[in-house]
Amino acid sequence: MAQILAPTTQCQMRITKNSLTASPMTTKTWSSLLLKQKKSGNTKSLSKFRVYALQSENSTINRLENLLNLDVTPYTDKIIAEYIWIGGSGIDLRSKSRTISRPVEHPSELPKWNYDGSSTGQAPGEDSEVILYPQAIFKDPFRGGNNILVICDTYTPAGEPIPTNKRARAAEIFSNQKVINEVPWYGIEQEYTLMQTNVQWPLGWPVGGYPGPQGPYYCGVGADKSFGRDISDAHYKACLYAGINISGTNGEVMPGQWEYQVGPSVGIEAGDHIWCSRYLLERITEQVGVVLTLDPKPIEGDWNGAGCHTNYSTKSMREEGGFEVIKKAILNLSLRHKEHISAYGEGNERRLTGKHETASIDTFSWGVANRGCSIRVGRDTEKQGKGYLEDRRPASNMDPYVVTSLLAESTILWEPTLEAEALAAQKLALKV
Amino acid sequence: MSLLSDLVNLNLSDTTEKVIAEYIWIGGSGMDLRSKARTLNGPVKDPSKLPKWNYDGSSTNQAPGEDSEVILYPQAIFKDPFRRGNNILVMCDAYTPAGEPIPTNKRHAAAKIFSHPEVLAEETWYGIEQEYTLLQRDVKWPIGWPLGGYPGPQGPYYCGIGADKAFGRDIVDSHYKACLYAGINISGINGEVMPGQWEFQVGPAVGISAGDELWVARYILERITEIAGVVLSFDPKPIQGDWNGAGAHTNYSTKSMRNDGGYEVIKKAIEKLGLRHKEHIAAYGEGNERRLTGRHETADINTFLWGVANRGASIRVGRDTEKAGKGYFEDRRPASNMDPYVVTSMIAETTIIWKP
Repeated sequence: MAQILAPTTQCQMRITKNSLTASPMTTKTWSSLLLKQKKSGNTKSLSKFRVYALQSENSTINRLENLLNLDVTPYTDKIIAEYIWIGGSGIDLRSKSRTISRPVEHPSELPKWNYDGSSTGQAPGEDSEVILYPQAIFKDPFRGGNNILVICDTYTPAGEPIPTNKRARAAEIFSNQKVINEVPWYGIEQEYTLMQTNVQWPLGWPVGGYPGPQGPYYCGVGADKSFGRDISDAHYKACLYAGINISGTNGEVMPGQWEYQVGPSVGIEAGDHIWCSRYLLERITEQVGVVLTLDPKPIEGDWNGAGCHTNYSTKSMREEGGFEVIKKAILNLSLRHKEHISAYGEGNERRLTGKHETASIDTFSWGVANRGCSIRVGRDTEKQGKGYLEDRRPASNMDPYVVTSLLAESTILWEPTLEAEALAAQKLALKV
Repeated sequence: MSLLSDLVNLNLSDTTEKVIAEYIWIGGSGMDLRSKARTLNGPVKDPSKLPKWNYDGSSTNQAPGEDSEVILYPQAIFKDPFRRGNNILVMCDAYTPAGEPIPTNKRHAAAKIFSHPEVLAEETWYGIEQEYTLLQRDVKWPIGWPLGGYPGPQGPYYCGIGADKAFGRDIVDSHYKACLYAGINISGINGEVMPGQWEFQVGPAVGISAGDELWVARYILERITEIAGVVLSFDPKPIQGDWNGAGAHTNYSTKSMRNDGGYEVIKKAIEKLGLRHKEHIAAYGEGNERRLTGRHETADINTFLWGVANRGASIRVGRDTEKAGKGYFEDRRPASNMDPYVVTSMIAETTIIWKP
């Protein structure tokens, strides 16, 4: 059996006992994952400083954890706010923290801030300030106490959203009265792959080789089938603590690949929650020393890609007669397939091949319970005559602000011409 | 090792009134921090109530062997995040037995400047952005960097997250809480442009306390890297080539600058700084010429340049300040190894007291 750098078997989660009186928050305070990796061969770990609390070799005991988990609430009202934003590539997350004089409930109570846009590819050096507008607050599972994470979006000093800010446009769509009336719900299934550090190879895969073919890994258990469960489990609790609407997790078909779902969320929340959950995930993989990738097709060949299936429904779809509304929505989507695909994630063409439970990128198709389609409608929905649809096209690296708002726009606000509608209906065998 | 851990974390307040005070001072290089501890009979809140102490200056290059005593005057008290309870850290400065400040004592002259009536009236505020680099212990190579090679070029690391982009976050995060606990006015942290490099900010602090707080924050940081088994460097240009240096940008404002019409006061102050560029640069940190090259978000060391939102300038004024007509400005010239007593008092002196 090849050497497996699987943290699962060796991760220990230690809840350190705080010797201070516990306020309601501290009982849920996180301790950092302490990884004790057993390395074969010479164990000079100097070149491999890990980003988590280190076990020193010169018999000093490690007091870093005490400081990391320090509950400062008895000593000060101040809280730490970690401001999070999306960087220049549209998928890289950045963050920095500041002290706030006392706990806050609402993003409007937080000050705007700014950062050096020239260091993230978002502004030139001579005019480098990019302004951060706080939009959503979550509890910080790493710092505990009253400390918070703040999801922000980005603006020029003049108040214009910068080009990589997709939230602003989504917020506009979600404030449209017709959209508000339809109460759009989203359930997003985020898939991701864990990679070993220093080699671009998935966790649990032998370096220089491949694991056995897909089959045993989906929802599997066992040291030979499940790689990195501690990351998935730690992430689940961290999200629940933070206030993110995480609804489940599962191991995926490709070994080293996982999925979690966020929802149901209404409107713009879906985007905020997914981005914050991605932030928590990458902070956790950082602690464990494993690399997170949201690439939609990390390994070429007979291996599944990673998607971000987006389940969607409106009020009309959830009520009596909803199935007809769903079919009309699918018809609209079929007429805007190209617009959606171009916004559904970079590199998606490597993933949407028609194999591995995807539909080909050029074809729009739909079906009940059919995982090889662009849009899948569940058997429940068909039977009850109301429910929701699943858009299986988005890639794991999609921007949820874009995808959720585009779905709302295409199905609620956009209307095709009558002839186009009739033609499409024929093609898709939809009677609307 | 659990017994050792229990002992270190022993909470003494149930068994004794006695308190441990760690006296901290700056050593002979002007940059090395030293400390030793003593027992006090009970908790103390006021530095003037603490006893003066002394140390062996011949062991820190601050006195000759035949006359080695250097006297420590306690100047500021902070809570001890390592010992907790009522135990304290005490920031001191160093004097001869005759009562003269020794040459490496920069605090004394700074305190004089900050007690000048014109300076007091202006309520000088400082926000200092301390950058630093973490190095692997036995090789002088930054953490996270492969031995014998380099990481991918700068771009993904500024405020980045992920095991391939952020190296050493636990040190930075524990430092943040430790400083908040200690009572230091730490206002934020962020990952820096060069991988393995970080920044924390202290402020706004008034007058001499900016220097006290920054030195104690540096002390706490080095105690934490000691625990983590990593080396702390304040070198302004740790790696030559296309890698950012480390600075200690100093944000500054006076009462007049914060009031209406402040923008004009700011511009006048910047002008005065321009006239004393050489004097300031000489006091802004050893080795700064390796860092201030005109590239990597710095202005060339021989040029004095200011601009709004311009990170390639010597002095940068924020867009907010320009728009509101009042606020503060940022002196981007100081290196990460600057002495905050020197820099803060010099800026006050040049902009308030000095007449061209």
